[in-house]
Amino acid sequence: MLPAISDKARLDAEFSDLYRRHLRDVYSYAYYRVGNHHDAEDLTEQTFLQAYRHFERAQRESEGRPLRPWLIRIAHNLAANFYRDRARRPEAAIEDAGIISAPHDTESLVEGRDELARILAGVQELPDDRREALIMRFALGMDNREIARAMGRSDGATKVLIHRAIRQLEGIVEEG
Amino acid sequence: MTEAADFETLVRRALAPVEPPEELAQHLENRLVELTELAAEELESWELSAMRDPRNWARPMAAAVGGTAAAAALFVVQARRRRNTRRPPPAQRFLGAAERALRDAAQDALRAVTRER
Repeated sequence: MLPAISDKARLDAEFSDLYRRHLRDVYSYAYYRVGNHHDAEDLTEQTFLQAYRHFERAQRESEGRPLRPWLIRIAHNLAANFYRDRARRPEAAIEDAGIISAPHDTESLVEGRDELARILAGVQELPDDRREALIMRFALGMDNREIARAMGRSDGATKVLIHRAIRQLEGIVEEG
Repeated sequence: MTEAADFETLVRRALAPVEPPEELAQHLENRLVELTELAAEELESWELSAMRDPRNWARPMAAAVGGTAAAAALFVVQARRRRNTRRPPPAQRFLGAAERALRDAAQDALRAVTRER
């Protein structure tokens, strides 16, 4: 009986740790996927509740690898359901929380605000997989391997995807 | 810095991480603790017939004690944000539920054994 109890306690402690470390990651991902705080909160909550239910299995199958890609994959699947159920796309004009929360001095704020807004709008125009890859790379700071695991792709395919996403975004911003 | 690197820097600034609202963190932590409460309540409804077999006794005992540990772990997450309310904090509520489940399971098991004799 004792080993089972200690395993459960360890799992719960590790889930608490996972939650503390990645709440901001999941929320950032959700926010940039759905484009507003209200739906991002719902998506974040559902992601962690689902993760809690399946945490033991995920731990067992992860073989020691980080679980952030697994968390983001849950959020990705829930976001896909979100759009399918409500038959809608991300709002075109994403609230500019990223611009506001990023550290800027006054000068750069004035000079760069329009450009950052154009980039955000451009991100929303990208195909889903490219948009997601950029969110994971830049908002969450994930490396290629983590992004590959979250998206179910190879490392090489992910590297190409990100490269193309950046180039396409650059083109969109320049045209705008 | 190259032009490409410049652009990536801009993208990084545009897609800055977004801090979750404080209310979300508190709400979510409450929900997670409630999940452990539900697990404890399931123990309370453990079927008496299953308890006639001593081989089943370990399961509710382990679940109750394990659930207590779960609540304790989640309680650590909540500690920073707990507010004073009339209702006991979720972890404390859970500890009470787990203790009741454990006590009831033990009493049911005792009754089952007594009847068998």
